[in-house]
Amino acid sequence: MRILVCVKRVPAPGAKINITADGQAVDAAYLAFTTSPHEECAVEEAVRLIEAHGGESTVLTLGDRAAEEQLRYAASIGINKCVLLPIDVSDWDPERTAAAIAAAIQGIEAVEGAFDVILFGNESADSGNFQIGIRVAHTLSRPMVNGIKGITVDGTTVSARRESDAGVELYHVPMPAVFGVKEGINLPRYPTLKGRLASKKVTVDAVAPTGAPGGQQMVMLVQTAEQTSHTIVLGHGPEAAPAVVDLLEELGLLK
Amino acid sequence: MTVLVVIEHDRGKLVSASLEALAAAHTIDADVAALTLGTAADELATDLAAHGAATVHQVHHDLLADYGPEAWGEAIAQAIRALRPVAVIACGTDRGNEVMAQAAARLTTPLVVNCTVLNVDQQTANAETWSLTRSRWGGSLLESCTITATVKLLTVTPHAFGAIPTAAAGTVASLAVELDPSLARTVVVERVERAAGVTLSTAPLVVGGGRGVGSPEGFAPLEELAALLGGVVGCSRAVTNNGWRNHTDQVGQTGTRIAPDLYMACGISGAIQHWVGAMASKKILAINTDPEANMVTKADYAVIGDLHAVVPAITAEIRLRKSRV
Repeated sequence: MRILVCVKRVPAPGAKINITADGQAVDAAYLAFTTSPHEECAVEEAVRLIEAHGGESTVLTLGDRAAEEQLRYAASIGINKCVLLPIDVSDWDPERTAAAIAAAIQGIEAVEGAFDVILFGNESADSGNFQIGIRVAHTLSRPMVNGIKGITVDGTTVSARRESDAGVELYHVPMPAVFGVKEGINLPRYPTLKGRLASKKVTVDAVAPTGAPGGQQMVMLVQTAEQTSHTIVLGHGPEAAPAVVDLLEELGLLK
Repeated sequence: MTVLVVIEHDRGKLVSASLEALAAAHTIDADVAALTLGTAADELATDLAAHGAATVHQVHHDLLADYGPEAWGEAIAQAIRALRPVAVIACGTDRGNEVMAQAAARLTTPLVVNCTVLNVDQQTANAETWSLTRSRWGGSLLESCTITATVKLLTVTPHAFGAIPTAAAGTVASLAVELDPSLARTVVVERVERAAGVTLSTAPLVVGGGRGVGSPEGFAPLEELAALLGGVVGCSRAVTNNGWRNHTDQVGQTGTRIAPDLYMACGISGAIQHWVGAMASKKILAINTDPEANMVTKADYAVIGDLHAVVPAITAEIRLRKSRV
């Protein structure tokens, strides 16, 4: 089978996220970058599906040139091909991003054949627009379910599992299909040394992204008010236990 | 100038965040209409009227008997075309964001999710462009942004707007939609209902463990304490990444958002990813060896010390007091 995973390079959130002086971006000076967590699991899921069913996997991202790092990381754990849609900024608005990704997929599929399954993350960790995969799926006229925490391929159908407050929902979706996966669908592996070395040699195909700006535009980022809590220290070490239990009584939690 | 609110429900059971979406709509204009999908939701009309819905548009179709993101999204898109509201608002839950994205894709229009502030009133609502604030990074950063569209599609982040009882007519109207049978491809086909009992998102008390717990076995004292208090155990992303606990126990941006009366965070440093999942807790008690840890400085209460000694001591103290009663 043929699987595509779409990922996003995001700052690895540390203790506090700072914003640049002009409010236009996250200040990356002291931040490392990583693959957005849901998408890291989507990459792992793609590798597992190919291991189980055979075929070929591709990873795609729209981002600045540095996002090549996230493509090579995906290759280091077993993804076969890498596609970069280079842009000059860290991201585009959701409609434009989706249009560019859908066009790139159509271009790849025209040459190499359709993808049976396309995986996105449920939402990106940074901008969290919750819509890229859904817009892409609609452009491609394919079924799409978000929030998936289990995928089983059975012939031409994918059984997908989603958790809700009421329990677990099951979907039987005909391929070709698109899913947004959530962290917890699997525990991503770490790359092996051999995988890391091999990923350095993988070709990254650059595809010029196309897409007109959409109707949502960022004006600026704003830091939330710093949580200023006057922490009451109940004590040090096990001697603090009676004070903790007093607190539990006070809060009505000791029944 | 109608503001349409998409009501989220699970086979007729109202998702309370939908009432927050009604309240958000009222900040723009008193002319608020609700949209319910599926016959199971008909009985919600009274409740929606009591929360400010002047009209309740009910859509009935076999494909809407259970949840299906494409069928719901298509029905919402058709309702928008028929009703021509100035804006459409849903709650920023997993489903709310999903069905609004489905509708937005079908209408080729923008969608701004997880809004916290709508800088719009009756005077400015006719403008082509609205100014909004939305939450990013799971709520740890805000973004001021604009939406330019004929019909503004928005979701509001949970808890940003309080539900407000507002008596309104709640006139029921039936709205016809045509759904292609192929949309059945993404309707839920089977369910496994959750067993009764407290869950991480509903528990009155959560005992959380982080990297400081050190091992899967290290969670036993936390389990014991939680069981004694009728609570549940949660954990940080570091713990699930190490394979010590199942991801279903993870509290955080990519795990479960919790809101207990008390969150006891044991050996958790308090990275932003974890904090945004825990910040709705009414009170937080941090147990940590590091008095400068983020979790400690942001908590209401703290015990400075090794959780491996402190947690069993708390359990013993509770047992002692219970034995005295």
